[in-house]
Amino acid sequence: MAQALKEFSLACPIPIEQYPTVLLAHGGGGKLMHDLIERMFVTSFGNPLLAARHDGAVFNVDAGRLAFTTDSYVVRPLFFPGGDIGSLAVNGTVNDLAMCGARPLYLSVGFILEEGLPMETLWRVVRSMRQAAETAGVSLVTGDTKVVDRGKGDEIFINTAGVGVIEHDQRIGPDRVRIGDAILVNGDLGRHGIAIMAAREGLEFECTIESDCAPLAGLVRDLIAAGVEVHCLRDLTRGGLASALCEIAEAASVGIAIKEADISVREDVQGACEILGFDPLYLANEGRLVAFVSARDVELAMQVMKGHALGHGARMIGSVSCDYPGSVMLKSRIGSNRIVDMFTGEQLPRIC
Amino acid sequence: MKYVDEYRGEPEAQGFARAISRITTRPWTIMEVCGGQTHAIVKFGIDELLPKQVELVHGPGCPVCVTPLELIDKAIAIASRPEVIFCSFGDMLRVPGSAKDLLVVKASGGDVRIVYSPMDALKVAQANPSKQVVFFAVGFETTAPANAMAVFQADNQGIDNFSILVSHVLVPPAMEAILSSAINRVQGFLAAGHVCTVMGYEEYGPIAAKYQVPIVVTGFEPLDILQGVYMCVKQLEEGRAEVENQYTRSVRREGNLPAQELIRDVFRIVPRKWRGVGEIPQSGLGLREKYQRFDAEDRFGVTDYTAEESPECISGLVLQGVKKPFECSAFGTRCTPEQPLGATMVSSEGACAAYYRYRGVRASALAAATKEI
Repeated sequence: MAQALKEFSLACPIPIEQYPTVLLAHGGGGKLMHDLIERMFVTSFGNPLLAARHDGAVFNVDAGRLAFTTDSYVVRPLFFPGGDIGSLAVNGTVNDLAMCGARPLYLSVGFILEEGLPMETLWRVVRSMRQAAETAGVSLVTGDTKVVDRGKGDEIFINTAGVGVIEHDQRIGPDRVRIGDAILVNGDLGRHGIAIMAAREGLEFECTIESDCAPLAGLVRDLIAAGVEVHCLRDLTRGGLASALCEIAEAASVGIAIKEADISVREDVQGACEILGFDPLYLANEGRLVAFVSARDVELAMQVMKGHALGHGARMIGSVSCDYPGSVMLKSRIGSNRIVDMFTGEQLPRIC
Repeated sequence: MKYVDEYRGEPEAQGFARAISRITTRPWTIMEVCGGQTHAIVKFGIDELLPKQVELVHGPGCPVCVTPLELIDKAIAIASRPEVIFCSFGDMLRVPGSAKDLLVVKASGGDVRIVYSPMDALKVAQANPSKQVVFFAVGFETTAPANAMAVFQADNQGIDNFSILVSHVLVPPAMEAILSSAINRVQGFLAAGHVCTVMGYEEYGPIAAKYQVPIVVTGFEPLDILQGVYMCVKQLEEGRAEVENQYTRSVRREGNLPAQELIRDVFRIVPRKWRGVGEIPQSGLGLREKYQRFDAEDRFGVTDYTAEESPECISGLVLQGVKKPFECSAFGTRCTPEQPLGATMVSSEGACAAYYRYRGVRASALAAATKEI
């Protein structure tokens, strides 16, 4: 434990001159794997549960409800403006727990590394995960490392699973959505999607668009602590706002009416969308949520959101209606209505 | 956003809609030629603002939709070859060929890449001298200059591992084909603003005169389209058949002369088959003899291909403005963006896909039912 808690060093703890790249043996169960775990993971993620070096993490929780979730991260490129696969792997799972109304506590980390991965790259990712975990207030308490043959992976795949506690009596989910609920979003849309696209395709815009990757658990906790009656939460990852709303409308058998003019999209993101023929409603975000709250709590909810660092740009974008159950209806900027549907596959750039 | 928001204002849009209502005394059928306009009309719900007498029908101006099935099959055959890096604009990848699409080729190990410009494909060719790099050169007059430039540069720089699979089509012959059809309903056109940015609009004068139809060169933002409709209806009501330019901030009468010169240098006018419509004489572009060695069909020996369209698909009638997407028995059931029978369901600019996405199956069924009553 002493080693785990010693002062965190920024230098890669695996001697680069000896092992500049990940070898199959780093996942082979022998000395090299032991060194990698001890020197890099245990040191970086240092906490008593991990330092116990057990097959799993054993911890106590107060009697009550738990939330449990998992997600895998395969993003290309590994590093992009505003984040990387490491921060994404922590924040993504933290956010899934937050959407259940839980306070995230513990995460597991499974690494699938490709033989030949530069050790320095792994180290950057691990440092980023440590930083993200610290910011989100979670501990990485158990993990696994596998190394696959060169060509059988894509540098790094990460799976994280998370456990969180629910410390309130509210039940949050699509089945709790009610006619009249207000629909709030905590800021502008589409930055993560465009940041990844620009980094992946080498697109150059006048300014760098950074991912909005961030942990949302604090914002959710503030909403609930303030007494806002939260009916449903969803983080707006792949598929964006449009897909999240379509899923909720269908699951809750309600109509959702939103106004295009009330949806915030930053000018640079809008510009990229105009060039590529993308609809920002479908772009991925990693630090945005949609909240369905009781109509009488709108002002309070907006006040709480705007008071949080991740909610300065919060907007009410619409409400739940009894019209068109199962559908999302958008009032366009020019005042007509159209249906918002789920996308097939990915958005592909248009020809002209 | 500057130069965009100004053309999306609700009060101005409603103002135009009222103005159109004021001058409309009879039913009129107007075709917007370009798929980009179709997309904007359905996305913003522009047609909902129009008086009932003004019907917009969607033209053949979606390059993805009119690229013939056998050409997709050729692309698939070329892209499946191990020595080939096949580069394409994104929305061509999902267009179904006879048996599969380019995304399936990619999933099966083919090197299929999305590029944003043919010049990017040229860079790929330079970076991979041991590979054959093929660019899928589809589109109307709008994309022709960039594609011509890629071939011109390949020739100039001696980049011999580059070639293009050409499926260029031209707008004016398609408009004539529609107007001379026995089942034509189109009384006026919104001509495609971007095509005219390149080509100008002098070539539309003879069409307007011969068929006595007003043609308004129109942009792509909601206010552009509403103003284009207004100008078109005004001509129809006043019995005029002239070429007018709504999109003056982008289009000049003579167009972009250097771009036209480049097109003429690299391409010649050839007959082309249009998916769902059939062959239209003098309606496409092919490489000139001096650039023939950059023709991927020749290079990979894929010249003789034939393919049968799904007999159920009415995309040809949709493209000619004779039928609306929801008038098809397969719409939203046997034909969806996941399992498209025809190309108009694939591209986001395709009329069927635009209706499916923005109107939904239920709303369209409702519209169809209302119409029958």
